[in-house]
Amino acid sequence: MSTLAAPAGPTTLQEEKAPMAAVEVLRTGMGTTVQDAGRYGHAHLGIGRSGAADAASYALANRLVANPVGAAALEVVLGGLRLRARGAVTVAVTGAPCPVAIDGRGAATDTVLHLPDGAELDLGTPATGLRSYVAVRGGIDVAPVLGSRSTDTLAGLGPPAPRPGTVLPVGPAPRAFPAADWAAHPPVGAAEMDLRVVLGPRADWFTDDAVAVLLGSAYEVTPRSDRVGARLAGPALARREHGELPSEGMVPGSLQIPPEGEPVLFLTDHPVTGGYPVIAVVVAADVARAAQARPGTRLRFHL
Amino acid sequence: MRVLNCADWGVLVEVGGLDEALALQAALEERRPDGVTDIVPAARTVLLRVEPGRTDPAAVARAVRGLRPRPGRRADAGELEVPVHYDGADLADIAAHLGMSQREVVAAHTAATWTVAFCGFAPGFGYMVSDDPRFHLPRRSEARTRVPTGAVALAGEFTGVYPRSSPGGWQLLGRTDLVVWDTDRDPPALLRPGVRVRFREAP
Repeated sequence: MSTLAAPAGPTTLQEEKAPMAAVEVLRTGMGTTVQDAGRYGHAHLGIGRSGAADAASYALANRLVANPVGAAALEVVLGGLRLRARGAVTVAVTGAPCPVAIDGRGAATDTVLHLPDGAELDLGTPATGLRSYVAVRGGIDVAPVLGSRSTDTLAGLGPPAPRPGTVLPVGPAPRAFPAADWAAHPPVGAAEMDLRVVLGPRADWFTDDAVAVLLGSAYEVTPRSDRVGARLAGPALARREHGELPSEGMVPGSLQIPPEGEPVLFLTDHPVTGGYPVIAVVVAADVARAAQARPGTRLRFHL
Repeated sequence: MRVLNCADWGVLVEVGGLDEALALQAALEERRPDGVTDIVPAARTVLLRVEPGRTDPAAVARAVRGLRPRPGRRADAGELEVPVHYDGADLADIAAHLGMSQREVVAAHTAATWTVAFCGFAPGFGYMVSDDPRFHLPRRSEARTRVPTGAVALAGEFTGVYPRSSPGGWQLLGRTDLVVWDTDRDPPALLRPGVRVRFREAP
């Protein structure tokens, strides 16, 4: 039901929301950002892709509410988000499976949820995984920066992180209607994760032993992890080359090995260039899974 | 030329040095391989990114191997004049290191033609190289915690302009009022790879 008169032209569908629908952020939890499919084509200017860290869960949330690919959603770290609907909104919660409540009543993840005007959506702490996604039908309609509504936490680009009191406008509902009311998907998060890697680009900077150690050991995700990368604790990897590597372009999934200190598995807000050698790169599908590895998760790398 | 693996994300092309990297950039600009979404030039490499699952990096690798970069060739992304107030805090140190007077440093810096080789460090921070081989300077032994927006600075063979206030270890030569970085502008950066830059002394 529209709460505001539509502009010229009849409203043909009840589904068409008032143009001014919004969600008000009441609580953000540990960290909530607006994310979309990322910022394309600016890497040569030193601007990274950014975007949803778990691209698969983000895409699923949009699909559930029939949003077009690339609509902006909320990425929520370890739950704790509370929203209030301004006008009726339709949402879906995916990714790290967190307890969901609407006005205190239990609701499900991975399904289509309808919030009447004024209803409050609450995300508890997920039992597994790290990042949950809240897609709103119509998309979070904050102003894009360089073609994207993603917040790049490393470069400080994109919309500011929502805070309690932030009102996020919701875009007009798409023409398509939700086709499925529930979506099956592989489990999100696990105590141990197997990730597929390809050796390179700088595997030859390391000893053969180092490569064997990397492929034969578990590396634990430390609490010093964020959207830039998962910092890992595990056996040291000996280098063959001890020179300085001129900075070079980096991709998500890169396992960058500083001479001392923790290996880093780069995630979506990784620096565009880096000066430490990358021994191996995690394939794209598994980087989305790795973005759900909370501190304490043990990662194993396989060819 | 070596083409290195980056899983299904793309390929990293390594060449012998900066001149070859610039020639490769120019060749890639003329014949951009199909499916490449982003090109990240650097000092000795060019990263070509694709959409995983949509473009096979092996096809991009084949296209790159088919390129014949011409030595000395540079991508041409236009020209830019940058007015500079040559009053940087490190001007005296720079002059001493280069064995010139401060006026000679300014004369040499404004006489040289600079080309943005690549971006890095921060969005819109262009690494500019010149045709004057005398410019070669170490970084400051201690980085400053805050270098102001618009600072024009030197390190290695490069000149850079700080697009935003940030920590920095480059030697401060001067400052410009030119806004080199503005996210409301398209493109947001004035100092893009291939842009030819002349510095002139601001009145």
